[in-house]
Amino acid sequence: MSYSMFMQDDMSFRQKLLKLNWWLIILICSVAAVGIASLYSAAGGDFDRWALRQLMRFGVGMVGLVVIALIDIKWWYRLTWPIYFIGMMMLVFVEIKGHVGMGAQRWINLGFMQLQPSELMKIAVIMALARHYHGASIEQARRLSFLIVPILVIFAPVALVLMQPDLGTALMIIMAGAAMVFMAGAPIWLFISAIVGATVSVPIIWQFLHEYQKKRIRTFLDPESDPLGAGYHITQSKIAIGSGGVEGKGFLQGTQSHLNFLPEKQTDFIFTLWVEEWGLFGGVFLLMLFLFIFITVLRTSLRCRHNFGRYLALGVGVNFSLYVFINIAMVMGLIPVVGAPLPLVSYGGTSMLAALIGFGLIMSCGIYRHSKVTR
Amino acid sequence: MHHDEYSEKIFTRRAFFIGSLQVIGLGILGSRLAWLQIAQGKRYKTLSDKNRINIKILPPPRGQIVDRFGVPLAVNAQIYRVLIISEQSDDIMASLKALQKIIDIDDKDIKRVIKQASKTAKFIPIKIKEGLSWGEVAKVEVNLPDLPGIFIDVGDIRSYPYRDATAHVVGYVRSVSKEDLEKDNDPVLRLPGFRVGKTGIEKFYDRALRGRAGAAEVEVNVIGREVRELKRKNALAGKRVTLTIDGELQRYAMEVLSVHKSASAVVMDAHSGAIYAMASYPAFDPNMFVRGLSSEEWKEVTDNLGKPQTNKAVSGQYPPASTFKMITALAGLKAGVIDKNTFVFCSEKYEFGGKSFHCWKKYGHGNVNLVKALEQSCDIYFYKMATKVGIDAIADMARRFGLGQKLGIELSQESAGLIPDVAWKKQVLGQKWYQGDTIISSIGQGDVLATPLQLAVMTARMVNGGFAVKPWVTGYLGDKFLGHKKWESLGISKSHLKLVMQGMEAVVNGKNGTARSSRIERKGFEMAGKTGTSQVQRITMEQRRQGIKNEDLPWKQRHHALFVGYAPMKNPRYICSVVVEHGIGGSRAAAPIAKLLLEKSQIRDPARIQMQPEIAESGTSFPVLWPPKKPIYGENNQGDF
Repeated sequence: MSYSMFMQDDMSFRQKLLKLNWWLIILICSVAAVGIASLYSAAGGDFDRWALRQLMRFGVGMVGLVVIALIDIKWWYRLTWPIYFIGMMMLVFVEIKGHVGMGAQRWINLGFMQLQPSELMKIAVIMALARHYHGASIEQARRLSFLIVPILVIFAPVALVLMQPDLGTALMIIMAGAAMVFMAGAPIWLFISAIVGATVSVPIIWQFLHEYQKKRIRTFLDPESDPLGAGYHITQSKIAIGSGGVEGKGFLQGTQSHLNFLPEKQTDFIFTLWVEEWGLFGGVFLLMLFLFIFITVLRTSLRCRHNFGRYLALGVGVNFSLYVFINIAMVMGLIPVVGAPLPLVSYGGTSMLAALIGFGLIMSCGIYRHSKVTR
Repeated sequence: MHHDEYSEKIFTRRAFFIGSLQVIGLGILGSRLAWLQIAQGKRYKTLSDKNRINIKILPPPRGQIVDRFGVPLAVNAQIYRVLIISEQSDDIMASLKALQKIIDIDDKDIKRVIKQASKTAKFIPIKIKEGLSWGEVAKVEVNLPDLPGIFIDVGDIRSYPYRDATAHVVGYVRSVSKEDLEKDNDPVLRLPGFRVGKTGIEKFYDRALRGRAGAAEVEVNVIGREVRELKRKNALAGKRVTLTIDGELQRYAMEVLSVHKSASAVVMDAHSGAIYAMASYPAFDPNMFVRGLSSEEWKEVTDNLGKPQTNKAVSGQYPPASTFKMITALAGLKAGVIDKNTFVFCSEKYEFGGKSFHCWKKYGHGNVNLVKALEQSCDIYFYKMATKVGIDAIADMARRFGLGQKLGIELSQESAGLIPDVAWKKQVLGQKWYQGDTIISSIGQGDVLATPLQLAVMTARMVNGGFAVKPWVTGYLGDKFLGHKKWESLGISKSHLKLVMQGMEAVVNGKNGTARSSRIERKGFEMAGKTGTSQVQRITMEQRRQGIKNEDLPWKQRHHALFVGYAPMKNPRYICSVVVEHGIGGSRAAAPIAKLLLEKSQIRDPARIQMQPEIAESGTSFPVLWPPKKPIYGENNQGDF
């Protein structure tokens, strides 16, 4: 099977390249540039510490993005179940390895990076749901019995992720999955009753949470209760953001972040460092970039002429935006510290890779929006 | 197609709904950001500029080490040091240069500070120089306004008032090494200038002496000055260690050993096993090690023939020579080969298996029984007996008396010595055991090796009625008693022990005793013992013929001089063993030292207080440290760990 087999015959390679969503690529590169600049600053003006690796990963990921985008969407449709299956195998593998290694290991060491299968699994879940709803009529989509497959598709990986235990990722998969079911036309009352049900079950779930998870929520509700522990991070992050002011302290001048008051400044708290140094201007600039990305993805999804592409593009977009919201809301003290990276910006291989794979699929939906995806 | 259009319509509607949620979400994030940075911006700016929270590690004061009377052997002295906080100086090089003009500072130190400053956070102080004199402190203090970032600080430093006298037992502390950091993750190790125990008791009880670090959460202003303390967890002071050592006796032992090039001695209690003094000369000044040695000082310590860093009292292994004869005698008595009336004729030479074995005395001792054989240290008596007893019985007796094994003293470097037997020779050397080996082993030569500590323990077990005492130097850790009281019986006949002791009494007090010149004349203080002279090299026939005296040989080839003894003779309490390396003869070099030590021991009588020290006797008056009614150094009364 040569690569050209995966490409549609009625377009030349040059045409396809031109049809790539270059606007989206520019937006992605801009967000990544914010990340690399922040990592350079986080290392105290040291490019080699984090920024270089991040740049290399981004470069490799961008090549992957273009390759994925140029493959006809119908092949991705056909490969959905194998991909889902491989993702599940990797999750089971880390689960077994984690038990053997006596610790909560969530990654596979690939040598050059540590791969977290749960990140990639999210995309596989979205693909599987898109495929499931692709051939469904609205009547089918409204039928409760049609929900059996989505529930299995969502909760099989959720169960494995919960065993790791990684509550944050599990919730993310559920939310992304729910968004897919919602956009495919499942009845509204289903979601209302799910929300009510979830609210009621909070006290029950509370019993099953790990102590550190309970503590995070408690600290979130009352940060002052633990000024030396988890609340300390939120307080320090808020001080750093607030002290940045409108104009920011200037590149490499972020005092709070640099003095190690801020933990994980290169990963989860990278947004804090960015807005401390670049102020409200920098923050709004980054939020605008995200806004444009959301709109572009939405547009791609709406312009797509087949259900698989629509659901896939929007599903990936929702997943991406969930990360953006959760991370930024967390560092600004709006929600508990859950440990979610800011996609494309935070230091980390898997989240970068997952984001770029997702955008590759979205762009494939854009290029091959007329593709005849077999039912 | 109708259905498709309908579902497309629903999808479009729901996609727009999701899209608006995303926009609203971004709106919320943007508003929150604006609120934090505009509305709250000023507040957070002051928080960030004016005050930061800093965690400061509070080092615990190290526990004291005191002797049995409570006299300090290792204490914490105060030391002045000059430090710099690079954040408070615009140009640290300029500050350091200015400081260099005021007090004497090495260029090496300046370089080190600059290097360290580039690596550590700017608000962490860096040590420039330690151990400042009063004059230097005053000079720096006066010029402080011209020295931005520089300040003077008082810190603790370990000090050993007895200097080299207690160097081996007490040990010393030294800067934390890389290996220490790998083995131990106590955060206090990372403090600048922190030190850990490296040898002796300082090492053995390092964890207990160290205590636990505390922590203070302090608010610091923009230039790093502490504004106020928010939270505090006090440090838990290290525990005090009370040794069984008598500091003054220890110092005296060091003094009397110092007439020789290299020697060691142990004074211990025959009944309890407590060590009163353990000296190894030459030693070193541990205070030097605390502050760090210059290369010349280091060379001086390592090049010394007497190996100052080695505690020879526990790690030096010597052929015990004639001091081993009591063991052979006890083995012979037990086997029934001899009794007190067995006489042997000594004619200088003993021919066995075609070889001749010599007695040390020219023309021999004539007819001798056991007591006489010990008194005059006749070799032939033991040669003849040993061939009948056999090596395995002798080796068994030696092990009963603590030879050939580690005795478990709280000091590293302890050696096991060596008691050879048939199995050992086969296993280690792969050779058959010959009677000739038994003959030379019977007088503690050949492969037999023992440490001064083992020789003292051996003697203690002989004179305390045959109980298996073991040596110990730590009386109390904090207020927990660690000493020992009851010892098992070795199962040796009392009459045999008495006979051997008669021999040892004769050695010192008999008409022909080898140590007669070292006897203690003071009534009631008499000592008994046994001399030993161990060959470092075999005496060749050539030397014997030419009559070359041992003292004509180079130092390294001369015999070792040994003595084991006890006093008072009638009611033994103090045990003393002395080894003078290459001291030529036990009676001329080792016995006089033992005499002095046993005399001094009885005068000072450290055993009169069984670990119940009250008042120090070293001239200065010390506060009553024992028993501790309440923690004096803050043990257990601080912190809420």
